[in-house]
Amino acid sequence: MHASTSIQTAETQDLINLSTPHIQIKDLNVTIEGKRILKDINLSIPNNSITSIIGPSGCGKTTLLKTLNRLVDDTKGVEITGSVLVNGEDIYAKDAEVTHIRKKMGLLSQKPFPLPMSIFDNIAYGPRIHGERNKEVLKQIVERQLRNVGLWEEVKDRLESSASRLSIGQQQRLCLARGLAVQPEIILGDESTSALDPISTQTIENLLVELKKDYTIVLVTHILRQARRVSDHIIFVYAGEVVEFGRTEDVLLNPQNEITKQYVKGFIS
Amino acid sequence: MNWRLIKDKLVERSFSLLLFSSLIVIALILTGLIVKSVPLVQAEHLGKILTESVWSPLKGSFGFLPFIMGTIWVTLISLIIAVPLCVLASVYLVEYAGDALRSMVLPLVNVLAAIPPVLYGVWGVLFVVPLLGQFVGPLFGVETTGYTVFAGGVVLAVMIFPIMISIMVEVLQTIPQELKNASLSLGATKWETVTKVILIKAKPGLLAAVVLGISRAFGETVAVLMVCGNIPQIPKSFFDAGYPLPALIANNFGEMMSIPLYDSALMFAALLLFVIIFGFNLLSRIILNKLEAKAS
Repeated sequence: MHASTSIQTAETQDLINLSTPHIQIKDLNVTIEGKRILKDINLSIPNNSITSIIGPSGCGKTTLLKTLNRLVDDTKGVEITGSVLVNGEDIYAKDAEVTHIRKKMGLLSQKPFPLPMSIFDNIAYGPRIHGERNKEVLKQIVERQLRNVGLWEEVKDRLESSASRLSIGQQQRLCLARGLAVQPEIILGDESTSALDPISTQTIENLLVELKKDYTIVLVTHILRQARRVSDHIIFVYAGEVVEFGRTEDVLLNPQNEITKQYVKGFIS
Repeated sequence: MNWRLIKDKLVERSFSLLLFSSLIVIALILTGLIVKSVPLVQAEHLGKILTESVWSPLKGSFGFLPFIMGTIWVTLISLIIAVPLCVLASVYLVEYAGDALRSMVLPLVNVLAAIPPVLYGVWGVLFVVPLLGQFVGPLFGVETTGYTVFAGGVVLAVMIFPIMISIMVEVLQTIPQELKNASLSLGATKWETVTKVILIKAKPGLLAAVVLGISRAFGETVAVLMVCGNIPQIPKSFFDAGYPLPALIANNFGEMMSIPLYDSALMFAALLLFVIIFGFNLLSRIILNKLEAKAS
């Protein structure tokens, strides 16, 4: 597989995209200021499904997520070896353009961080950066994405007011819509509901489950129940290594590894 | 009552007294300035003093407009130079520079703040004034000695760098990394993130830094009077000499008792400076509060 990617023609590239996962991680090692955070990660993340990364705090799950859209680049003293293929394209290749890579992945962070501008401009920010100037088109994008996250009816009369006036649950949905507006293929969530109330959490979870038919979704979560509720696959990371990776039921109900067993039972957290 | 409790009360009372007395000093200065200024205002109409442009104490004419305009010119020029430079320098230090460079430059900036104003004045006389007189002036086809409001503005700009840069750096450091990530993860470049997100978010704080810079610029005396030319005229261009208010007071207080109303006129100049700075700070506080309320 690895050898064939370099000699693909345009036609075979399409075929491979249909059959191979959006995201493939190969021999990934991440060192931050001399400390190895991720060790020899090899993963293929299934398309159009939700994959949750679970593990105790400090195990490297957020770093793993951030290597997927190269936000880890901005960390001080970071060294990365190995490769992350997104649609067969190595995002750590020397000629890879980082803005282009990030555009393909919507990021939903722990707390909502609306940009310091109006609701409308928050959604239009991404499309504008990527060259969309037509006002009508922007209006359509804003409406479509706000409807996508079920926010349209709540905010359609105050699109010009500051996004920071929304409730925190609304802000998180706005951030999701903002990410969808640049037409990503992948959605990354970094404990995206940890700052939200139970009802907003449920709304976001339902949205993600709905969105998986169009997107490949990777979530970091420290809530096992959430992982069980929403995800199709689970990656269990411990001390920088992938200990177990499989279907949600298998990993949670019938873990193969001793550490996974202990974590799932709540003995380590 | 228990001695410990008495001590507790005593501390509270005495501290509030100390605070009060420091506030009293400001009130006393203001009262003193007003009392001393009254003779001038009684002799001449207030409106006339403020709008008259002839300054000739021996003939009894005290027009303050040249000094007010001199102060405004010098302050504005210093801001035009300092604000863009400081914003860009702080953005560079916070967003682009490495840790090593940042931890080297910031202490240096603080050293800049500790240099006594008179040294800036000497630097102005030895470097900025000749530079303007011999090179920059001729470049624009202007004949000038170099002792101009431009020179004053340049020297003042360098003097307000440290305070503006150190505050701006602190303001920019408070912008959460996650907000920057939000913009970056949409595919924005670093520069797009700086101009469209970081600077917008930091605007109230950056304005506060500018306000502190302006307050410093208004009152700066020695360095400016050494390079400004000190001619009581209304400057018409960058290359005209000017005479800011603080320079007026510093240059003339030695002889103020020998000419009628002169002492009163200088006290009025001080009062004017006091009112301008006080009013400016009040106004900027109000604007900042509004901005902060709008931002949150």
